[in-house]
Amino acid sequence: MTAEAEYAAVPINVAVNGINYDAVVEPRTLLVYFLREQLNLTGTHVGCDTSQCGACTVHLNGRAVKSCTVLAVQADGAEVKTVEGLADGDNFHPVQEGFREKHGLQCGYCTPGMIMTAVHLLETNPNPSDDEIKHALEGNLCRCTGYVNIVESIKWAAEKMRKG
Amino acid sequence: MTTEHEPNGLIGASLKRVEDPPLITGKGCYVDDINLPGMLHLAFQRSPYPHAKILSIDVGKAKTMPGVEAVITGNDISEKLNLSSSQVLPKMKIPPHPVLARGAVHCVGAPVAAVVAKTRAQAEDAANSIDVEYEALPGVSNAEAALEPGAPLAREEIDGNICYTMVKNGGDVDKAFAIADHIFTMHIASPRQVALAMEPRGIVASPDPFGKNLTLWLSTQGPHRARAEIANTLGFPEHKIHLIAPDVGGGFGSKGPVYREDIVACHLALKLRKPIKWVATRSEDFITTIQGRDQAMTSEMALRKDGKILGLKVKVVANLGAYLHSSTAGPPQRMLGMACGSYQIKDCRVEIVAVFTNTCPTGPYRGAGRPESVLNIERLLDKAAAVLGMDRLEIRRKNFIQPDQFPYTTGTGVEYDSGDYEKPLREALKMSNYDDLLRQRDERRKRGELVGVGFSTFVEPSGGAGFESGTVRVERTGEITVLTGSSSHGQGHETSWAQIAAELMKTSMDHVTILHGDTHVSQQGTGTFGSRSAVVGGGALAIAAERVIEKGKRIAAHLVEAAPEDLVQSDGGFAVKGVPDKTISWRQIAGAAYSGRVPEGMEIGLQETAFFDPKREAWGFGTHVALVSIDRDTGKFTIERLVLVDDCGVVINPMIVEGQIHGGVAQGLGEAMREQMLYSDDGQVQTGTFMNYAIMRAADMPPMILGETITPNPFNPLGVKGVGECGTNGAPPSVANALMDALAPLGIEHVDMPYTAPKLWALIRNAERKN
Ligand code: FES
Ligand code: FES
Repeated sequence: MTAEAEYAAVPINVAVNGINYDAVVEPRTLLVYFLREQLNLTGTHVGCDTSQCGACTVHLNGRAVKSCTVLAVQADGAEVKTVEGLADGDNFHPVQEGFREKHGLQCGYCTPGMIMTAVHLLETNPNPSDDEIKHALEGNLCRCTGYVNIVESIKWAAEKMRKG
Repeated sequence: MTTEHEPNGLIGASLKRVEDPPLITGKGCYVDDINLPGMLHLAFQRSPYPHAKILSIDVGKAKTMPGVEAVITGNDISEKLNLSSSQVLPKMKIPPHPVLARGAVHCVGAPVAAVVAKTRAQAEDAANSIDVEYEALPGVSNAEAALEPGAPLAREEIDGNICYTMVKNGGDVDKAFAIADHIFTMHIASPRQVALAMEPRGIVASPDPFGKNLTLWLSTQGPHRARAEIANTLGFPEHKIHLIAPDVGGGFGSKGPVYREDIVACHLALKLRKPIKWVATRSEDFITTIQGRDQAMTSEMALRKDGKILGLKVKVVANLGAYLHSSTAGPPQRMLGMACGSYQIKDCRVEIVAVFTNTCPTGPYRGAGRPESVLNIERLLDKAAAVLGMDRLEIRRKNFIQPDQFPYTTGTGVEYDSGDYEKPLREALKMSNYDDLLRQRDERRKRGELVGVGFSTFVEPSGGAGFESGTVRVERTGEITVLTGSSSHGQGHETSWAQIAAELMKTSMDHVTILHGDTHVSQQGTGTFGSRSAVVGGGALAIAAERVIEKGKRIAAHLVEAAPEDLVQSDGGFAVKGVPDKTISWRQIAGAAYSGRVPEGMEIGLQETAFFDPKREAWGFGTHVALVSIDRDTGKFTIERLVLVDDCGVVINPMIVEGQIHGGVAQGLGEAMREQMLYSDDGQVQTGTFMNYAIMRAADMPPMILGETITPNPFNPLGVKGVGECGTNGAPPSVANALMDALAPLGIEHVDMPYTAPKLWALIRNAERKN
């Protein structure tokens, strides 16, 4: 992306899923494209161009953010976690497991963003009510599931995580 | 995969999905995740005008910009690169649909020029630098307005803006109206919807170095159909195109047809002999991907005073948009078969006028003409009850087609295969505590609240559109590979199909692999739309499996020197009748089949293919009941209870079926509550992003209570019917009827969806002022 660009490239240093990367980006590069195109982490999806859908949700220094709304240069010096960094080897994160148990996904396109939002929710609120879950999902769109089973999936995960 | 279940009873089990592990770990592979060495990127300059003449296009700057490898306009390519629609009627008008505009544009978003560059950003930069000079022409966005004398011409080639008209008469409708005690009319408009699969459309086109073969990754619902359409449009041999539908992020009808960008990508890839990727931005997807609904229905109903419906006339004015995609002309025609719903109305007339406007083309969107038809007839039934002062249940029961009348041919000559409409109705009334709902409503009304109860008792055809294919192969190891022509984009076929195959073959699901979505892997197929996969694709699979079982049995009999009649299926293969210990496994049978140890005259190998065309649709049915209330002060309405009873025949995986119902209901409620694609009168886009098109969010979903009745489909090997669209078909009319019930005390008779708060607030204010 950088070689022929008319914009001066900027060096950044980002830790993504625990791995440290020194990279060079165009100043206008969005974090989501840096992750997808430069690091090949294609689990983070792009579903819109107006910051509405949440398919691109990742954790930036522990907070869920829409990576289409963050410049890669803003992530300089930061820690990023994507859906690829959640499972521990073959062991799914409880939220991933919950989505499978409760059929919280159909086409799967919104799923990485949903999962990253849910993980952050449960880290800050281990026992959310249905309304709190729906509120937390305000910035994540799904066209397949009608959200019913996404809420169920998150409740399932919350219970599992509380039990440890 | 859950394997603790016995092989028996897999059909009907809520098993976790086989397809989930990659999708929940970010290891899925959608079109935009595909990157090939040397791949270039494609971007478009598009029309900002709904209707305009192109005076000039200046691509000079774009050609010199960094990374740019090609810039083309409509003048640089053959006019044969034109998407076509099937000629459903001899007199149907099919105006040009060039893949890049030639001389004029007819809706916002029509592509005018294309740029190929090394990166997506470079392609977009260069596309944006293209300077196009237009002369704006008058435009029209509303189909009924387009029919008025003197209306602007949406397509300059077509006087009067009509694409086609169709009339179907059943019985003697004039006589029915002549003898009627009551006649009333109603005008209902269904709002235009946007499908909004979360994955925008996209394609990667990769030619071989000689330009003789083309490999495509396309976000599509039907790889074989899309391949045929692309081959046809390009004039490229179909069998030299290898089309792969990788993971597909939703479709809902919108990813059925082929689009202009697909053809431009293929054309440029072949020309440059380099792989090219194009993925729509959401903004592009909003204004270029076929939209749904947008039909205005004017009906007249003739009634006898005892509640018998004597006759029905429906005129549909359907908005097709500016261009015809392969599937654009279809949805309005659903009314021909569905105008009379679940009721015996032999004397009827349906007229369809399909109209061009300066808007994005329409086409199938989850339901594809069914939701419009159901909405129309179910609103009519409520109005008929009001006209007669009759109970809404009673009038339905009085006119229902009765179980002993099937197969039933409607007035317009369409055959309903089977049904028992009273069954889900009874169940839904029970589950919703209907009498109690009415009591609650009446009490709350006395306190001044706006509360309503409504229901819909609908039919929904599924599983049409020709054949589907299935191949079952027993591998040397005894494991099973299934090749299906149905391709999945969220429906969980890999799981459901494995359940079918494992159950029929009496093997474990772990031993079954389902391959789909690849034209070079599976035989010709049709695809997934119109609630057809389980019915037609599942049916084909079942037939192929039966054939393999039959052959396997004969080989097994040969191996144990018994007669085939003496063998029965047992876990993992066959056993000799009465000697359950004497078994022969699929592995042993396959070993024999591939080494030639088969009965004399039998061909070696163990693989069978079936092409299944049920030749008739499966008419599912159900009853949905809603309780709603409206806040007088704000106009906001709340669905307090929603009971959905669907009869979709035999259920393969209840978890997946429920998921389909949830998703369909969400889309249906979106239509009822919030969603509408709006254009200015001349066709300028007003709701082209998620910021102003009110897609359903998590907090908008009301609680749902799901029920089912099971009436097996008598014409299907598995007894199944489709389920993907029942939510969009049945739920909105039940909500509409409930809402009108809530507004009835104010004297408001009908409001069109979506029922947004400002719309209801204004109506309530007006009515209160009048009263
Ligand atoms: S891509 Fe839609 S919010 Fe980021
Ligand atoms: S699962 Fe398809 S968009 Fe959510």
